[in-house]
Formats: sequence, structure tokens, C-alpha cells
Amino acid sequence: MGKRIRVGMADLNICSAPDSIITLGLGSCVGIILYDRVSKKCGMLHAMLPDSTKIRNNGLRAKFVDTGLEDLLAMLEKEGVRRSSLVAKVAGGATMFNFSSSSEISGIGDRNVDAARECLKKYNISIIAEDTGKDYGRTVEFYPETGKFEIRAVGRDVTFI
Amino acid sequence: MTIESYNDITDTQYDALQEIGSIGAGNASTALSNMLNKKVTMSRPKVMMVDLAKLSDLIGGPEEPIVGILITLDGSIKGMMMFAMTQASGRRLANLVIGQDTENMRFNDIDKSALKEIGNIITGAYMNSISMMTGFNIISSVPHLAFDMAASILSVPAIEFGKMGDKALLIDSSFDEAADDIDGYFIMIPDLESYDKIISKLGL
Repeated sequence: MGKRIRVGMADLNICSAPDSIITLGLGSCVGIILYDRVSKKCGMLHAMLPDSTKIRNNGLRAKFVDTGLEDLLAMLEKEGVRRSSLVAKVAGGATMFNFSSSSEISGIGDRNVDAARECLKKYNISIIAEDTGKDYGRTVEFYPETGKFEIRAVGRDVTFI
Repeated sequence: MTIESYNDITDTQYDALQEIGSIGAGNASTALSNMLNKKVTMSRPKVMMVDLAKLSDLIGGPEEPIVGILITLDGSIKGMMMFAMTQASGRRLANLVIGQDTENMRFNDIDKSALKEIGNIITGAYMNSISMMTGFNIISSVPHLAFDMAASILSVPAIEFGKMGDKALLIDSSFDEAADDIDGYFIMIPDLESYDKIISKLGL
């Protein structure tokens, strides 16, 4: 058994087998895994907002999908991982409170997931598995040894994607 | 003055927020005492600025099952308010309102409307204290309820704060009703423009 590396909110980190990388209680935030099957190295981003260019106060780069992914890619490339060998798995982006109106607040989970898809497309990284949306929180843990992404939620069976 | 983000709050502004919190807590305990027909007191609330990353550790840890009651604000002040507590505290509050004694952690429809009512009272009490001090008219939505892991529920206010800075503003308040301790966090999230309005109205 390896170590377990914890990623907080608006945070990112990288990890290699046999370690695993985990983030607890993803709500409307989005969790993005970048994974290289060959070297068994991976990175996780826990982003809160889709787009850093829409926000005045954008110093904390891991808070956003766009700048967070840019930094995560740079970290992995520094470890010798080639961008062309990376695949992605995406989780989170739930709508925790169900408002009747489609307000700015209730749509944020979906917009985070959309931003993740768009950004990854821009980098030519394909998403090979996704567990997003719906109305519940998720604790997610990725194991680079097997490439499995474990999803845990309150009152639901554990799934692997 | 114009505030660029919540990171820039001064001590004087902090004190003003503490004052809003104290009046709000006073209003809330009076309203709850009247509703429950027994004395409910609230400790002097603590105003805290918390790093967004640490917000989810506050209420028993990121995976602690909590109840979140969310209300959106409109009118002169826009934004949202949340009252969050552990599900154990939620159970005790619902029991108090309904006059029952159960430890069942499944919340049925009656429990849920009891909690929504509590949410209305508490957020209403804080809103009145802001209205009173600023003269602003605030319109609030009906309460929305969610039961899930702390980190997941708190991601909603965290994201709203995240648009403005890297810290969240919250008021830690606990109620005392006989031996039952009910600990809850009140989270106030006016958007930046509204926050500016409150601060300048208070003459800070």
C-alpha cells in the first residue's frame, strides 16, 4: 500500500503508483484527473470555478479550471510525462441545492464540468470516464497503479469509473 | 471605500460585522424562544474569516454529514445566506420544534419543514439586523435544504466567496437550550457590490 495524497478545495497535486490521490466531499466543484497509463503518474485538480478570465481576483490559480489545468499539466510535464500520453477522468459538478429558477448559483456545477470538457479538448486530452452532475456530493480517490477512479457518496454504493 | 475582495477587510469593518452578528443572534434567539415557548439563548457569535480551503474542515470535517439551509437574497442587497449544522444538531433542533424525541437520522417531511422554518427564522433575524443598521430593504427566497457531506454543501458558499477572494466570512453561533447543545454556523455571502453598500452605509 502506498501513501494517500490529499487534495483540498482549490488545490492540485501529482502522484505516482503505488500512492493514491484523494479529495473529500466534492460538491459543485469539479475534480479532474490527468493520467499517464505508461508511467503510472497522475495529477488531480479540485477547481471551484470555470474561468479565471471572468473574475477580478484570480491569484489562486488552482481555484479555476483553466489556470489549474495549465499548472497541473506543467507539473506533470516537469515529471517527464508527455501530454500526448495523458487521458482524463472527471467527477463532481453536482447541483447541491435545487432552485426552481435556473439561477447563476444553481448552474455552477454544470458550468464547471463544461469548462473541464472544453479545456481538455483544447489540450487534446480525451476524457475516458466521467461521473458528474446530479445532486449529491462525492469523495473521489484515484489509484494510478490500476487507473481506477473510486467514487463514494452518502447512502450510495461505491463505484469505480 | 471600495473593496477589491474580502481579503481586504479592516478591523473596524470586522467589528461592524461582529455587531451585525450579535444583533442577529439576539433577534434569532428571541424569535426561537417565542416559537418554542422556552428560553433559547445564543452565545455571542464569533465572526471569522476562513481560508476557502479550510472552510470544509470547520463543521466536523469534510465528510461529516451536515444540513445546509440556503436562502438567496434580492433587493438592495444581493447574495445568499446559509445556516449549516451537523445532522445531529439538526436532529435536536427538529425534535425541539416538533416536540418529539427521536435519534433517527432519517429526516422525514415534517422534520424538513421544521428545519426550513428554523432556517427562515435564523436567517430572517440576521437579515433584520442588517436592514436595521443599514436601512436597506432585503428580499429573501424560500429556504432550500440539503443533507450531505460538509465539504459538498459548503462548496456552494465557498464558490460564491471564491468569485471575490480566497477567504469566506462566517459567523459561528451556538444555541443553548437546557442541556441540548446546538451548534450552527451562519454564513453570509453578500456579493461584492452589496458588501460595499453595507460597509459604506455603516460609515466605515
